[in-house]
Amino acid sequence: MAENKPLLKAEDVSEVFGGLKAVADFNFYINKGELIGLIGPNGAGKTTIFNLITGVYVPTTGDIKLDGESIVGQKPYEITQRGIARTFQNIRLFSELSVLDNVKIAYHCHVKYGLIETVLRMGRYFGEEDEITAESLKLLKIFKLDEHAYEVAKNLPYGAQRRLEIARALAAKPKLLLLDEPAAGMNPQETHELMEMIRWIRKQFGLTVLLIEHDMSLVMGICERIYVLEYGMIIAEGTPTEIQNNPEVIRAYLGTESMN
Amino acid sequence: MNSVRRRDLTMLIIGLAIFGVIQGMISGGMIGAFWQLNIILICVNVIMAVSLNLINGYTGQFSIGHAGFMAVGSYVGVVATTNFHLPFIVALILGAVCAGILGFLIGLPTLRLRGDYLAIATLGLGEIIRIVIMNIEYVGGAAGFKGIPHLTNFAWVYGAMLITLFFIKNFVNSSHGRACIAIRENEIAAEAMGVNTTKYKVMAFTIGAAFAGIAGGLFAHQFYLISPNSFTFLASFNYLIMVVLGGMGSITGSIAGAFVVTFISAALASFPEARMIIYALALILLMFYRPQGLFGYMEITNFAPIKKVLDKISGKEA
Ligand SMILES: Nc1ncnc2c1ncn2[C@@H]1O[C@H](COP(=O)(O)OP(=O)(O)OP(=O)(O)O)[C@@H](O)[C@H]1O
Ligand SMILES: [Mg+2]
Repeated sequence: MAENKPLLKAEDVSEVFGGLKAVADFNFYINKGELIGLIGPNGAGKTTIFNLITGVYVPTTGDIKLDGESIVGQKPYEITQRGIARTFQNIRLFSELSVLDNVKIAYHCHVKYGLIETVLRMGRYFGEEDEITAESLKLLKIFKLDEHAYEVAKNLPYGAQRRLEIARALAAKPKLLLLDEPAAGMNPQETHELMEMIRWIRKQFGLTVLLIEHDMSLVMGICERIYVLEYGMIIAEGTPTEIQNNPEVIRAYLGTESMN
Repeated sequence: MNSVRRRDLTMLIIGLAIFGVIQGMISGGMIGAFWQLNIILICVNVIMAVSLNLINGYTGQFSIGHAGFMAVGSYVGVVATTNFHLPFIVALILGAVCAGILGFLIGLPTLRLRGDYLAIATLGLGEIIRIVIMNIEYVGGAAGFKGIPHLTNFAWVYGAMLITLFFIKNFVNSSHGRACIAIRENEIAAEAMGVNTTKYKVMAFTIGAAFAGIAGGLFAHQFYLISPNSFTFLASFNYLIMVVLGGMGSITGSIAGAFVVTFISAALASFPEARMIIYALALILLMFYRPQGLFGYMEITNFAPIKKVLDKISGKEA
């Protein structure tokens, strides 16, 4: 998988909240096409790293580069337009809207028709709208949500809401997909299906994926490389087998989670 | 021709038919001067309510200074026609442009504020606009602007109302409108999905202000005199009531809200105190039993029986 230049690279990134150093001298890279896991105990700083990558927070120090260009200081929507899309640990759907509309919104930055075409309903308007609807329905089908397309998003069961978050992120057509605990609240059957979906979409869309997850069966099952975070610092990096046998990792997790 | 376009055409034909009936009744002397005036006010208020709904209902920003933009449209319009003898249509467009520009300039800094803070800021700005006008001698100051030509009639307000409705309807049913709605639903998620939230808040605010400007121009040319007193925060509050009553995020709701509020005001014109009590009661009842407003997010064209008929006319397979 190794290529000469990583898709995403973080260099000495730190984030300080008041007196708390949530992320400290964080260094990592993801090559194009990789599927990487980010694990660590509660409060280790995993979600903070997602927020730093997506521009929700600006790093106190350090630099983050996408395709070799710094993205620090850009607004979240600009970073999305550059090709990074995410899901949220605490689900953030457009809850009063239909499942279909949730996905359609995320095509926003690829729409070319302008305000005049919108208001007069001419030019590219109909063509693009039809295309967006068709593509959205396709995405919903991949995530087994097509039957719920016209239901209100907040009425979906929990697992389906998590899948909708991924479908919506994909509609933004990212190069890099960030998944924050995609399996949280799912039963083992759902988690297993999710694993297959993640594998499938990565291949189908040529994606690079970074995922945070507490469910070890999922992390160890699909990730090619794993970073382990504790108190904002990386304590280990390696393949699933290496991580499972790393004494530092076992110590960090002892009493909180089992590593198998 | 696809089904959406055919449905638009159906709606347009229905709209024109309603126009024909009312215009016929006016020409035939079946509607007296009092109700003629109120029909015109309903159309003006529909424009005000729908444009405010774009800001408050669809984009989820709490603006309560809408009468301020209406005032700008009114005064720019009457100066254009009375002092510069420009054609009415030019005066209306000028009013819309000026109100829109002001909306843009005000929106840029204030839309960073959230919720209550934005409400207070827009309330204050609406009042500032009014007080500034009150102190401009050129437009008559507190005494008001006199000698306005009576250019507004039913055809003008109805035409402007139809244009406003189609504009806002088409806007909200597009990627641009979805961006606004996404901001209302969850600003953080909207931004994460690539929506430039500041841009779309300002856009909604500017469009809303511009249409309030048109409403202002139409309103002013109905009367011989306008004064800053027509544009107090109570007027702004009135438009807000129309939007909340009808349903934040429903065009049908805003039409219904404008209709009901104007009708109640007219019917109780000689009992102003009773009017306020009825308003207050209606709002309290509404908040208890239907906090989402009469229509919520629904449009009349979504109700099953009406949808069926429309689909049939527009040739869409079920
Ligand atoms: N905006 C913020 N302001 C202050 N402190 C914050 C903020 N965001 C996160 N933190 C703190 O930073 C630390 C890391 O939080 P983070 O949410 O990144 O953890 P996490 O690894 O995602 O944990 P979990 O597994 O529970 O989701 C925590 O101590 C948290 O309280
Ligand atoms: Mg987290």
